Amino acid sequence: MSEARTIVEAPRAATADRFEPRIVAFFCTWCTYTAADLAGISRLRYAPNVRVIRLMCSGRLDPQFVLAALREGADGVLIGGCHPGDCHYQEGNYNALRRVELLKRMLRDLGLEEERVRLEWISASEADRVQRVCNEMTERIRELGPLHLSVPGDGHRRAAVAREPEPVGGEVG
Amino acid sequence: MSKPKVAFYWCASCGGCEEAVVDLAEQVLDVVGAVDIVFWPVALDFKVADVEALADGEIAASFINGAVRTSEQREIVELLRRKSKAVVAFGACAWLGGIPGLANLRTREEILAEVYRDLPSVADGAMPREEVEVPEGRLHLPRFDEDVRTLDQVIPVDYYLPGCPPPVALIAQAVTALVEGRLPEPGTVLAPDVALCSECPRRATKPEDLKLERFVRPQEIVADPETCLLAQGLLCLGPATRAGCGAPCVAANMPCTGCMGPTGRVRDQGAKALSAIASLIAPSDPEGVAKVAEQILDPVGTFYRYSLPASLLHRRVGTDGGRPAEPSEPVAAAGGGEPR
Ligand code: SF4
Ligand code: FES
Repeated sequence: MSEARTIVEAPRAATADRFEPRIVAFFCTWCTYTAADLAGISRLRYAPNVRVIRLMCSGRLDPQFVLAALREGADGVLIGGCHPGDCHYQEGNYNALRRVELLKRMLRDLGLEEERVRLEWISASEADRVQRVCNEMTERIRELGPLHLSVPGDGHRRAAVAREPEPVGGEVG
Repeated sequence: MSKPKVAFYWCASCGGCEEAVVDLAEQVLDVVGAVDIVFWPVALDFKVADVEALADGEIAASFINGAVRTSEQREIVELLRRKSKAVVAFGACAWLGGIPGLANLRTREEILAEVYRDLPSVADGAMPREEVEVPEGRLHLPRFDEDVRTLDQVIPVDYYLPGCPPPVALIAQAVTALVEGRLPEPGTVLAPDVALCSECPRRATKPEDLKLERFVRPQEIVADPETCLLAQGLLCLGPATRAGCGAPCVAANMPCTGCMGPTGRVRDQGAKALSAIASLIAPSDPEGVAKVAEQILDPVGTFYRYSLPASLLHRRVGTDGGRPAEPSEPVAAAGGGEPR
């Protein structure tokens, strides 16, 4: 569970009058993650609110990852993959599109604002696009405000968890 | 040697699980004859005081069905937890929240207002009160909690019997195992840990690589009785649902709705089922995908039909400022169990 948990649990650096959203980003290693790397190398500044988790492919995105991030304290989730036709594994990004589309429809009925989950195609060379999307999303979530979930503790799931040592966060690569 | 004591209790449920226990009694009288039932409000006239009089841990197993929504339910399940060696969450509602769990799409206030004030059939609009003075004394009603909870969100649970209601064969196996003292590891879901498709009679007709241009609802087509229902465009949740029921719905030409819950490695049944169904959508462009996706009219009711309270988000957010309050302190702690 460690990575997702520590990333999301990092304290909100809220200044007195400004809400700092926590955004978890799932980027595919071949395109969007590489672009984020390039943004770093090119010293492009973007909102520090986005914590990136690397996936091999956006097709690896299990909708449970998105919900787990929200449950653990994220105010928004950004998913980045290769442009249509460019997925390293041919079809992964199409599956990401299908899942995110259906997930967003379901989240709407669960009371979440549409913009809290966002899917973007960003190629390895589009560092400026990483910058723009991260900044845009941070601003938008700042406007929406924090996400307050009310979930009962997992305390009594102890036994079940002991037998199934891999809760969803543990699969996040 | 005295017979092992067992208890049955129901919380927020429809009564179907009780029916399943009765079916069990008819079919396996020898199993039932091997136990001593000490509490079963639906069928036998024991009082809460009888349970309170037992020693802690004296009951071998309590089978509790239904989700938890009221202070009375919390009070009784906490009592049964204390008195029992093993607690079995019996049925989809106790394990995952079940159909009553869909009430987590609304707030407590919305539900009370709708039922006691806004419905056209309501005349005086009186709200239920937890306490009322009458000439004979003070009367109490249980508190209606903020949200629906699974049993293991309220007390520690040892075993889970899935299903809506659990299949009699699985109940018989579980009771026999308990009577014979062959207890599995705590936390076990007492059903096979594979997907329903693996025991489905239509399995051979399920295409390897299925892609759908359109989803249909059962009333829109006359489904072929032998072909995989998913291949016919019906939303069959078999690929994301635990086996063990023997696929009676599929045999009756109705798609699986997921009552047996998820398999062991899945944390959130709805998200997993959604994932399985979404990847069947044929188009790969945003408009095409949206067109097929919007044919699933009620995604929450489809994918979380039996498991909203157990899901990662637990309930609808935002309708009440996103902060449903914690339930009030358990009544048992405040010296409950009096007037009943
Ligand atoms: S999808 Fe449904 S009908 Fe098809 S094989 Fe699986 S359980 Fe059977
Ligand atoms: S590798 Fe980038 S989306 Fe598949």
